[in-house]
Amino acid sequence: MQTIYLDNAATTKMKQEVLDAMLPYFCNEYGNPASIHPMSKSPRDAVAVARKQIAKALGADEHEIFFTSGGTESDNWALKSGYILNKKKGKHIIISAIEHHAILETAEFLEKEYGCEITRIGVDSEGVVKMDELVAAIRPDTVLISVMTANNEIGTIQPISEIGKIAREKNILFHTDAVQAFGHIPLDVNELNVDMLSASGHKFGGPKGVGFLYIRKGIRLPPFMHGGEQENGRRAGTTNVPGVVGMGLAAEICARDMGKNIEAQKRLRDHLIERIEKEIPYSKLNGHRTRRLPGNVNFGFKFVEGESMLMSLGMSGISISTGSACASGSLDPSHVLLAIGLPHGDAHGSVRISLSDSTTLEEVDYTVDRLKETVARIRSLSPLYDDFIKKQEA
Amino acid sequence: MYDGVYSDKVIDHFTNPRNVGEIENPSGVGTVGNAKCGDIMRIFLDIDENEIIRDCKFKTFGCGAAIASSSMATEMVKGKSVREAMEITNKAVMEALDGLPQVKIHCSLLAEEAIHAALWDYATKHGITIEGLKPPKNDIND
Repeated sequence: MQTIYLDNAATTKMKQEVLDAMLPYFCNEYGNPASIHPMSKSPRDAVAVARKQIAKALGADEHEIFFTSGGTESDNWALKSGYILNKKKGKHIIISAIEHHAILETAEFLEKEYGCEITRIGVDSEGVVKMDELVAAIRPDTVLISVMTANNEIGTIQPISEIGKIAREKNILFHTDAVQAFGHIPLDVNELNVDMLSASGHKFGGPKGVGFLYIRKGIRLPPFMHGGEQENGRRAGTTNVPGVVGMGLAAEICARDMGKNIEAQKRLRDHLIERIEKEIPYSKLNGHRTRRLPGNVNFGFKFVEGESMLMSLGMSGISISTGSACASGSLDPSHVLLAIGLPHGDAHGSVRISLSDSTTLEEVDYTVDRLKETVARIRSLSPLYDDFIKKQEA
Repeated sequence: MYDGVYSDKVIDHFTNPRNVGEIENPSGVGTVGNAKCGDIMRIFLDIDENEIIRDCKFKTFGCGAAIASSSMATEMVKGKSVREAMEITNKAVMEALDGLPQVKIHCSLLAEEAIHAALWDYATKHGITIEGLKPPKNDIND
């Protein structure tokens, strides 16, 4: 059976050259970059190169890049320490309703444990943050705004630059979770007007367990991890040298190939969307048609449930994901799909297909063919479909 | 992919579900669950004059475990008397499927409720009482 991996928003395959670049730092150049002996030099230099690679990809200064264990840590750091930094000014934080759980649950924690007030800004039916709502939510005691660059489920790209401009005018710290966007679409911290930006290595061809937080120069964000002077005293913990090296190279490769990757993925994405819309009845694209990540496709199929679709497709060797609750173990379907206004039933019937730079047209076509059969088979089992057909005939 | 998550029996009943469909003029039909939770099960019963379940069919909107549970439940009630069918609990369905993951236990419960709802419909239509049978929760439109 062939294996078709179309869950690249969950994690990506690491390129061989990235692994090759990492390998020396496990068994040969294993010194601690924070030491001051001969064995520390090579890893220290390698970490410095990676920091430059990341900074360059973002239009940032290398001193503004702080390595972390991943996107979740970066998000936690930005929110919790952003609150601490400004707690004398106020306790009001604005986020969007469709943030990743790393932001949503961190905000909820600050709300419960530290008495922060959180405003969650709604999105329109295509998943774009409502700007008027955001502007109206700003108060004198607003200390932090955090809106993701692009959504992990429906791929909608947010007006970050515009939000950043407003935040700056009002002197409010602005963070963006760019975990899904970094390495996939052009990002420049100055054009985006962001103060902090989170990213994760494994989402763009780097290794798992490593990420970074960009912190604009002059923002004295307190440390989140304590116990060492690493990362210029801002993030304690021995540097994950192989991880950082791999992530740096992956960022450089992404920046180098971005133009052609975007073009190729958009072509496949739009082909996928067109075929599904044409060939599978009662399907609906979730998210914005054009303002979306080049590799993201998210569809709702009426009268079917997502996990059963995933299971069927899995038997054909296809790996995709779903916003259905049944797959996550909770009862509620995806908060993102509910936020764009989908009824519960439709949210349960949504799947996400996320492409990579190595996805082929054959893989995409094979997937649509299997999807078509799967939706038809599962609908043939569905009482909701029966009821719908009977209502139509009546 | 579902190795270790679902048993072979669950996968078999999901891939080749038994007794899918409807029964015209059923002796009893029951629908349980709701779209909000992502599971809806409908079970049709054909019961003869000796109160033996001659046939049983189902339609289910839900995950793999929900489909497999409905399929297994229909297999189990076929040929049983109405009273014997009352003894088919969610535990029995789960055991017959060689177990379900913790988060999917509610799927087997839904199968039990669907059988009971169909039996309730039958009992109401025929003016009989089945010992231990309670009226179904009707929340499919939530």
